[in-house]
Amino acid sequence: MIVLDALLQGILMGLLFALVALGLTIIFGMMDIVNFAHGEFLMIGMYTAYWTSLLLHIDPLITLPASAIVGMVLGLASYYWLVKYLLRGPMIAQLFGTFGLMLFLRYLAQFLFGIDYRIVQKGLLVGKSLTVGPFIFDWTKLSAAILSLIAFLLVYLLLHRTKLGKALRATALNREAANYMGIKTERMNALAWMIGGGTVGIAGGLIVNFWYVYPTVGLLFVMIAFASVAMGGFGSIKGAFFAGILIGMIEMLFPVFGHVIGSDFLGPHFKFTLVYFAYFVIVVFRPQGLFGWKH
Amino acid sequence: MLKVSEIEVRYSGVPVIHNVSLEVNRGELVSVVGANGAGKSTLLKAIAGALHPSKGFIQFENQEITHLSTADIVRHGITYVPEARLIFGPLTVHENLELGAYVLDDEGAVKKNLEYVYQLFPRLAERRLQQGGTLSGGEQQMLAIGRGLMSNPKLLMLDEPSLGLMPKLVDEMLEAVAKLKGAGKTILLVEQNVREALELSDRGYVLQTGRTIHQGTGKELLTAEIIKKAFLGL
Repeated sequence: MIVLDALLQGILMGLLFALVALGLTIIFGMMDIVNFAHGEFLMIGMYTAYWTSLLLHIDPLITLPASAIVGMVLGLASYYWLVKYLLRGPMIAQLFGTFGLMLFLRYLAQFLFGIDYRIVQKGLLVGKSLTVGPFIFDWTKLSAAILSLIAFLLVYLLLHRTKLGKALRATALNREAANYMGIKTERMNALAWMIGGGTVGIAGGLIVNFWYVYPTVGLLFVMIAFASVAMGGFGSIKGAFFAGILIGMIEMLFPVFGHVIGSDFLGPHFKFTLVYFAYFVIVVFRPQGLFGWKH
Repeated sequence: MLKVSEIEVRYSGVPVIHNVSLEVNRGELVSVVGANGAGKSTLLKAIAGALHPSKGFIQFENQEITHLSTADIVRHGITYVPEARLIFGPLTVHENLELGAYVLDDEGAVKKNLEYVYQLFPRLAERRLQQGGTLSGGEQQMLAIGRGLMSNPKLLMLDEPSLGLMPKLVDEMLEAVAKLKGAGKTILLVEQNVREALELSDRGYVLQTGRTIHQGTGKELLTAEIIKKAFLGL
């Protein structure tokens, strides 16, 4: 029972991890660039939700559109003002470019908001829980998981069912061929950054309901997102989804493991060790990730 | 319809095409032949806007297109079917074809073109839900040509459609080209099977190390001494 509970809680967290990883994998699939500032996009999404709900006195869940829009604008601005120019430079410029953006956004947040840990204290769902038989779910996590599943599905449908989404995938698969189809591939790059920023912004808006926000909070989540993307296969959307959930379950199962064997010799702060160990095992046996690259 | 005038094209600074002029009139099938490295693909890529000439100009329907992007040139009605085919491997045949019609907004026209392509290459219709990457070389070539036809272009440029195919398929591919010509399409063809290409063509140009060294009707070129010697092994 305790295992099942951990698995269910893990799926909830995993859905959020998947949404965080989604933007990273789309941007990588599109232009082979790892966006090191992805965690900072998340952090800004969290602050956006935090400040809008505090200043406008509305429930943090209603601030999601604000987080989404700020995320999209951030993605677009990063592309048009930075990444577009990095693409012309050598590989190393692309690597350090988004790394620089990460530092810039992180310390900008520190300058503006200070290093305090902030948390949403009021809200419709904050502190409430849902009891289903023996299981107790925090409403904040449950709703965050459901909303992130919806966001993920919407993006998936956008990419697979619409003409624009198909053009985006075509560009990711073969930029030169996409050009010959008349697709304006540079706009597709911008679109990838917009979707990437928007989805991680939404993820930030969801996470802030039950997690502290501070300038370096992105690191924690983005490390998990990197592991999800590598586990699922770089550029693979399905991969990010299932790897995210897998990581969520491993994370939640870890303390249970200690409980079951009756000794807590590894404290909960070791839980991510197991996550990265699982990542290590997967890339040793399947270097291309669970679903292969760019699917 | 298409007028290429004294263009020079450079690849990372080095001129690959020095001074090439060429014209294609509506309804014509024009071939460009020449040895490997003569600059045939480069010429087509320059017309398609994937490379830009450093000298000279390119006109299409009396409008200058020399410096337009590929995306805009496709919208003017020129499509380029690349030598390497560049199929979207994980996407289905059907999705590949749909992408060929990306610049069309009219759903009805897309449907009509799709039917036309499936009629031209029934094998594609049979495999419409199969991933493009799982097709054989010949089928991928059909898909590449079909995809190029999906926007119903005014000018279709085919780059070595028979490259790497077995002889039976080469014939099949050239038959398809002949069919397209019969249907009134305007085609600019680069082909390594010089004799077959020239037999099909209204006119042809011979390229050597980035220069046009000969031009004429298909028949004239077939009997020209220089071509007999260089390409036909006579």
